[in-house]
Amino acid sequence: MEVVQSHRTSSSNNVTVSTLPLYRSAPPLEVRLEDFELFAMDRLRVLKGISDGLGRGKKPEEMEKLVADLWKANMRHPQANEEANKDIISHFVLRLVYCRTEELRKWFLSMETTLFRYRFRFESSEAQRALMSEFKLPYKAVSNAEFESVKDKLGQVARSMGQTLASADAIFYKVPFEEVPELVAGRRVFICKGHAYVAMNQVVSLVVTQFRSYLSKALILTNRKWTSTVREQEKDRLAPIVEALCTSYLGPDYSQPNEAGEISVKDIDHIAKTSFPLCMRHLFEKVREDHHLKHGGRMQLGLFLKGVGLKLDDALAFWKAEFAPKVSAERFDKEYAYNIRHNYGREGKRTDYTPYSCQKIISSTPGVGDHHGCPYRHFSEENLRAALVRMGVSSRAVEDVMDKVRNRHYQLACTLTFEAVHGSSCDAEWFCGIRRHFQASVGIVKYFALWAVPVPVPAH
Amino acid sequence: MTTEEAETGRDDMVIDGAEQANAVPDGFDANYLRIYYDGKHPACDRSYFGRREFSFTLENDIYIRFQSFNSVTELENSIKEKCPFKIDIGPVYSVDPAKRHAYAQGGDNVFTPVERELVFDIDITDYDDVRYCCTGADVCLECWPLMTIAIKVIDTALRDDFGFNHILWVYSGRRGVHCWVCDGKARRLTNEQRAAIADYFRVYKGNENSHKKISLPGPVLHPFLARSYTEVLKGFFEAKLLPNQNLLSCQERYEKILEMIPDASVASELRGRWQENKRASMSKDDINLVRWEQLKSVLQSGKQKTQGLRRCVEEVVFSFTYPRLDMEVSKHMNHLLKAPFCVHPKTGRVCVPIDPNNCDEFDPTTVPTLTQLLEELNRGGLRQDAEDELDGTSLGESVKFFRTSFLQPLLKSCKEEIESSYIAKLQQSKNTLSW
Repeated sequence: MEVVQSHRTSSSNNVTVSTLPLYRSAPPLEVRLEDFELFAMDRLRVLKGISDGLGRGKKPEEMEKLVADLWKANMRHPQANEEANKDIISHFVLRLVYCRTEELRKWFLSMETTLFRYRFRFESSEAQRALMSEFKLPYKAVSNAEFESVKDKLGQVARSMGQTLASADAIFYKVPFEEVPELVAGRRVFICKGHAYVAMNQVVSLVVTQFRSYLSKALILTNRKWTSTVREQEKDRLAPIVEALCTSYLGPDYSQPNEAGEISVKDIDHIAKTSFPLCMRHLFEKVREDHHLKHGGRMQLGLFLKGVGLKLDDALAFWKAEFAPKVSAERFDKEYAYNIRHNYGREGKRTDYTPYSCQKIISSTPGVGDHHGCPYRHFSEENLRAALVRMGVSSRAVEDVMDKVRNRHYQLACTLTFEAVHGSSCDAEWFCGIRRHFQASVGIVKYFALWAVPVPVPAH
Repeated sequence: MTTEEAETGRDDMVIDGAEQANAVPDGFDANYLRIYYDGKHPACDRSYFGRREFSFTLENDIYIRFQSFNSVTELENSIKEKCPFKIDIGPVYSVDPAKRHAYAQGGDNVFTPVERELVFDIDITDYDDVRYCCTGADVCLECWPLMTIAIKVIDTALRDDFGFNHILWVYSGRRGVHCWVCDGKARRLTNEQRAAIADYFRVYKGNENSHKKISLPGPVLHPFLARSYTEVLKGFFEAKLLPNQNLLSCQERYEKILEMIPDASVASELRGRWQENKRASMSKDDINLVRWEQLKSVLQSGKQKTQGLRRCVEEVVFSFTYPRLDMEVSKHMNHLLKAPFCVHPKTGRVCVPIDPNNCDEFDPTTVPTLTQLLEELNRGGLRQDAEDELDGTSLGESVKFFRTSFLQPLLKSCKEEIESSYIAKLQQSKNTLSW
């Protein structure tokens, strides 16, 4: 078996089978300042592409292809070791850019982990085994005797996922279940007495967990080092570039001051009908109807209202009034007011929470009595059609929207709905934040109001 | 502190005045154990109990969080003084919760949970769409068995699949059950791992906006689901729930089940047959059972090859009977949960432990209430031996069960853990010393 070289020694003229760098340490390479920025921007395109793909709810096979395409388009270099250099350098530059706040770190961690996961899947099994040992995972392969005793159950698990148990010499690893939370959560492994039996092809999960955990700690250290020493040292050289990368490529950014201006309680009613995306309209209608919302719904709608400019006092008045038929004022103050103030950063650890992104809303799981989540994903077809019709979407547009839904393009579906309701087209990519939707909508409404052209209000 | 002191402090139920009683929470696993070992074992952590968060709900719904105590006596005194209507137990933090403001939000020196039992909360109101006998906070002997089977399914999985041993099931006092998993391994789980376990248990994924709430894809069920089905759910559904709740007896009810069949032609075939046959047929068998057999034979007949229909029968059974957990309770270390042996302020019932091996026998309508206990204690007069005060009452059995089945084994295991880690540390320091 050929030993796969990992790219640690910088001087290598032989063509190495490229293996994934683990980004354990910053390479002792010299980098031109221009490359510093260029490499980072290319990698950022890859990460943003991944973010977009996840937001659209792409399936693993689709993500695999997407990652391959993105990498090919942005990160390839004719010379293998140049490519490896760019890979490593761009990663470390982006660490500097994305280490500075909790939210940035979370995003970067999530995208880099996803990138790593799909690149790992491309590797040959020897390369994968080599990487596993690099992570020093002390998991033993299951002995033949033990394999025989659990073979039936392993087969059952495989078939439950639509797969078959690999041949008789399949390798399984026995691992404490705590090490493979994703596999446990998805019921993709057999667990017995606290041990998970992980198939070779699931090893990705093991490795990815390690990668993620390592990178998470590294980001915190990077932040510390940056703020304490490096930023000052580099204030004329790297620091301006890092700042520039931050502001120009941040994606949905809620740290900017509120561009939509403010809205007040009396505006909400009207604006809900004209400008809210379906998920928020639904929650709003439900709270009007039931005079109550469960926690998930209160969070999703409440943070959205905050994000579009509802001040705390107005928010408290709004919820209190809506709940009044079911909740006395005293009870409201006791049981609900605290949480609302908490969302606005006035209680507890005083975090100023931002509205949920589409990705978060799409991936949530509403349960009994819940109304949050993404209607394009969570509603049955007939309920969704009814809701769209109520919004005034023409039947042809409804078909287009349903087509997007069937292909799991939930955000595109929402965009189409917007276009149908407002009779204008908008850039789908720009649309990807809930708040942007709202701003676009309010913008159009205000534009029409200015020119005294009646906005087509959905007939009820 | 001796064992006796610790135990007395734990279960002494002082009746104060007419309405209020202070049930000292039978303290949870390591809290009291650490105190027990305080001064007894050089390796025990003296600050452990002091870093545990309690919260009290007082009369008038006043809620106070981040209560902490340095000893059992302090806890007991505070409870007697404040007379909380409800006592919640939270996590063990990195520092005494009373001092939390001195610590940062992030970085090294942070105020954060470090240990917390793995907990589950199952509430019968989450089953309102599948029970017709009661709604809301009501519970009766027809629908309570839904809780019983939830216990069986989850308890078996916690032991057999996850390897946990120190598990306490508690009646929530009104309409549900709580589960406390107290193994060391469980207490040290991260939020992500807790979420993974909760998701492992999650099957029901719906609300009124979606038709299909249970989806069991794949030609075969995962061993956990298969075991739950064959050992618990199928039998319960067919023998108890189906006939008792009359799930197929009238159109309004059987429509709900027909809706779950993805093939409209199959559904309408059955609908047609049942509409014709409105009154009970010639056979004297329960109409629900008869119709269920018809449904099964149509869906499971060799003719049905389509993917969606293969698991339909199981999906129906699962959607009615499979446990519905509150995910949020289990996923976060800082979630507070009511302490066992509290008195439920709305029902007066004591939150007693439930023996998972005998959960079929548990009857929520006969759980001792506060007033009942008061009467019993008053009748019994003052007893010499404070430790056995509750013995003669209806709570006696519960306390005994709690101690022997749960507390003693946990105590033993914690002791072993402390000792072995102590020995390991000694070894290590011996090794480093040798040069």
